[in-house]
Amino acid sequence: MAEKKKTNIILFSGEYDKAMAAYIIANGAAAYDHDVTIFHTFWGLNALRKDEKLRPQKSFMEKMFGKMMPRGAKNLPLSKMNFAGMGPKMIKSVMKKHNAMPVEDLIDMAKEQDVTLLACTMTMDLLGIKQEELIDGLEYGGVAAYIAEGEDGAVNLFI
Amino acid sequence: MEITKTLDAKGLACPMPIVKTKKAIDDVASGEILEVQATDSGAKSDLAAWTKSSGHELVDTKEEDGVYTFYVKKG
Repeated sequence: MAEKKKTNIILFSGEYDKAMAAYIIANGAAAYDHDVTIFHTFWGLNALRKDEKLRPQKSFMEKMFGKMMPRGAKNLPLSKMNFAGMGPKMIKSVMKKHNAMPVEDLIDMAKEQDVTLLACTMTMDLLGIKQEELIDGLEYGGVAAYIAEGEDGAVNLFI
Repeated sequence: MEITKTLDAKGLACPMPIVKTKKAIDDVASGEILEVQATDSGAKSDLAAWTKSSGHELVDTKEEDGVYTFYVKKG
């Protein structure tokens, strides 16, 4: 077969529904035999946080950010109709009914399909997110790492 | 038509039918037929688009009691 096409997604947002869209597209593209990269920056990094509480060495501001941001895909709010946490509960029950995969499972599936999960180190520094707070199997990089993948991408999305 | 492998993707939602089909097609040889059963109504256009783009051939499809069956010949 010809050289593989590439799909590149920038996940900037930290909401459950947007992360779900990003990961469904990523998994679909991987099934299309594309080389897929998801570049997580700013709030999109929260989808990659581990669920457990970790106490790495942090400054006061970093600690505050760490406390205020959701830990992991499971705990992300909805972009619409969040209703102080009721929204995600509601959508998850509807998803179960329709057999849609939760975001955390979509992330596992993406890894299984060799999707490259890239975490932006500059925004990790800004938000005080340490590597040990993020799930395993990630790559770390900056804008150049994204552009290297993105410049010959057949599909490029910013979510 | 001789079916080499059958994939049951019934009850699965997007993107799983296509993800599973991709995995299943890797298990059959070129020219062999993979049968895919799905209930996701999006699967109809998804499977057609996917086979076209990935170099396989959608030999036949049918729909019965809400179950879509696709016959994909590996390219």
